[in-house]
Amino acid sequence: MKSSNQVEIAAGIFLLLGIAALIFLAVEATDSGAVKSGETYEIRAYFTNVGGLKPKAPVAMAGVTIGRVASIELDNESLEARVLMKINSSFDDLPSDTSASVLTSGILGDQYVGLEPGGAPDALADGDRILLTNSAVVLEQLIGRYLFNSDEESE
Amino acid sequence: MDTSSIINPDIPAIRLEGVRMIRSGQLVLDDFNLEVPPGKVTAIMGPSGSGKTTVLKLITGQLKPDAGRIFVGDIDVCELKRNELNAVRRHIGVLLQNGALLTDMTCFDNVALPLREHTELPENLIEKLVLIKLQAVGLRGAAQMYPQQLSGGMVRRVATARALALDPDLMLYDEPFAGLDPISLAATGRLIRQINRVIGITSLVITHDVAEVSKFADYACIMANGKVVACGIPDQLGDDGNEIIHQFLQGLPDGPVPFHYPAPDFEKQLLDNGERK
Amino acid sequence: MSAASSQPWILMAIRRLGNAGVFLLTALGGMRCSFFHAGETMRQIYYIGARSLVIIMMSGFFVGLVMTLQTYDTLTRFGAGDSVSTVLGLALFKELGPVLTAILFAGRAGTAVAAEIGLMRATEQIDALDLMGIDPIERIVQPRLLAGFIAVPILTLVFNFMALLGGVFFAIGMMGIDPLTFWGNMQNSIGLWEDFGTGMFKAVAFGVIASWLAVYFGWTAKPTSEGVAKATTHTVIATAISVLLLDFVLSALML
Repeated sequence: MKSSNQVEIAAGIFLLLGIAALIFLAVEATDSGAVKSGETYEIRAYFTNVGGLKPKAPVAMAGVTIGRVASIELDNESLEARVLMKINSSFDDLPSDTSASVLTSGILGDQYVGLEPGGAPDALADGDRILLTNSAVVLEQLIGRYLFNSDEESE
Repeated sequence: MDTSSIINPDIPAIRLEGVRMIRSGQLVLDDFNLEVPPGKVTAIMGPSGSGKTTVLKLITGQLKPDAGRIFVGDIDVCELKRNELNAVRRHIGVLLQNGALLTDMTCFDNVALPLREHTELPENLIEKLVLIKLQAVGLRGAAQMYPQQLSGGMVRRVATARALALDPDLMLYDEPFAGLDPISLAATGRLIRQINRVIGITSLVITHDVAEVSKFADYACIMANGKVVACGIPDQLGDDGNEIIHQFLQGLPDGPVPFHYPAPDFEKQLLDNGERK
Repeated sequence: MSAASSQPWILMAIRRLGNAGVFLLTALGGMRCSFFHAGETMRQIYYIGARSLVIIMMSGFFVGLVMTLQTYDTLTRFGAGDSVSTVLGLALFKELGPVLTAILFAGRAGTAVAAEIGLMRATEQIDALDLMGIDPIERIVQPRLLAGFIAVPILTLVFNFMALLGGVFFAIGMMGIDPLTFWGNMQNSIGLWEDFGTGMFKAVAFGVIASWLAVYFGWTAKPTSEGVAKATTHTVIATAISVLLLDFVLSALML
C-alpha cells in the first residue's frame, strides 16, 4: 500500500501525461496549425467549374497556405460556382487584381485554390471579389483538346 | 450534530411489537415481541437460522417488517425517512459479524471515518479521539496497520472502536464471539461488559455462546421458531421446563430443533435406488 | 429471484438497463464538492488510470506498429506509400484509439473495480458504511465513476501517442520514409476538430460507459465468490458490446 502522498503524486503525473499527449497530438498530428491565428477576412471568386474542390480545402499563394475555402455554392444569377474563402488576416496586402485558379496538388491529390498576385497597388478587403479566375482542369476536356490539336497538326 | 440521547432511561431502549417477517419465502419472525431494558447488557440467543440477525437488521432499519412496529427509545424506526434514519443511526453503534473494516484504509483511518464524515472537528482533535477509542479496545499500537494484517478477533475489536467513535447511546453486537479462541473470547466479553459499565451504553448482544452469556449479560432472551420463548436473568433461565430452552441451554444435538433436515422416508429412498439399478 | 426466470429474457434485459440507468443518475446526482471525496477520486485515478498505463502503452505501440506495417505494404502497391501516415492517423484517432482503449480499460480496470465493489458488498463493508450513516454510493461508487470518466480519455490520448510512436518507428525508422513527408501528410489530412476531436468525443463517451458498467455490475453483484466472478465477466462483455455499438452510432452521426 503506497502512502497517500505517493499515490496523489502518481495520479497528478498521470494527468500531466494526458495533457502532454493531448498537446503533442493536437499540434503535431493534425492541421491545427492552419487555424492557429483565428482572425480572417472573406473574399469571393466565381468559377465556371470548380472540379473536385471541397469546403475546407486550402487557399494558397506561392504554395503557402494562407486560408481555407469556407463554402461553395451555385450563384443563381450567373450560374457559376461562387467560392467564399477565408483568408488569414495577417495576409492583408493581396493586390486587388490577384487571380484565383483551382489547382491539383500533385498528380492525384486533392484540389485547392491557388492565388497569383497581380500588380495593382490597392489590396483586397473583406467582401471583395477576385475578378480573374481559372476553372479546374477537367480530364475529359483535356483529352478532347489534345486529340483536337493533334488532329490539326497532323493535317 | 444532535447530541441528545435517543435512549430514554424510563422506557425500554428497544421494543419490537408484533413483528412479522418473511424472507425468501420463509416465515422468520412470527408475532415477535421483545423489550430491551435501557443501560443494561441484553443477550439474544437462539439456534442458527432463528432470525437473530434479522432482528438486528430490523432495529437498524436495514429491513422493514411485513407487520408490526419497532421502537428505538420512543422513535418508530419504520416511519423514518432516509435522512432521519441516518441521524438515528449515528446514535447506534453496530459491530458486524466480521468487523467489516474498510480494507483500503489503516485501522486508524477506519476508526476516524465516522468522525471525519459526521463532525466538523479539527484533525488533531480527531486524532486524539481515535487514539482514546483504540486504547479502550487495547489496539492503540496497531493504529497504522491494515485490517488484512490483523487476526479476526483484533479486527472485531477495531470495529468496536469504530462503532464507539461517535459515542452512541446503543451498541449492537452481531455474534461477537463466533470463531474466537478462549483468550480473545474472554477479552471480548470483558470489553462488552466494560463498555456498558463505564459508559452506560445499552448493549444488545446476539450470540449463541451460552457459557459466555452468563458472564457479561444482565438479561438474556432465547428465540426459537420466530418467537421469544424465554427471557430473564441468565442464571435463572432454563428453569421453565420448556423443551426448546432445555435443548438449547443443555446443548443437546436432537430435540425440538431436529437433527435431521426434513426428508422423505430413508428406507424407501434406499430401496428405490436399489430397484432402479 | 424465483419469479425472474418466468419472464422472457428481453424483458429482464430492459429492466436491468433501467435499473442501471437509475443507478447512474443516483450516483451522479448526489455529488458534493467535499475535499474528502476529491482526495478519494484522485486515489482512484491512480488505481484505475495510472495502473492501466502499462497495458495501454504497450498495446498502443504494437497496434501502431502493425497498422503501419500492414497499410504500408498495401499502399506501396499503388505508389501511395507516403500516405501511410494519413491512414494511420485517421484510423487511429477516429476508431482504433477510442475503441481499443475502452475495451482494454474494461478488461484491466473495469474488472478490478467491479470485483472490488462486489467484494466490499460480500464482506459487509457497504453495510457498515450504511450503518454509520455514510452514503456508500457517495464514498465508494462516485470516486470510481469520476476517476473512470477522467482516466479513459487520458488513456486514449496516451494510446494514440504510443501508436503514432509505433508507426514512426516502422515508417521512418525501418522503412526510411522522410520524416517531413510523414508528418506533413498527416497534418494536411487530419482535421483538429473533425477527426481528432470526434475521436476524443468518442473516448469521453466510451469512458462514461465503461466506468458506469463496471461500478454497476460490482454494486449489484451477489455477495458470493461466484457472484463477484460473474460481475467481472459481465463488465467486460457488456462494455465491449456497448462500446462497439455506440462506436457505430457515433461514427454514423458524425460523418
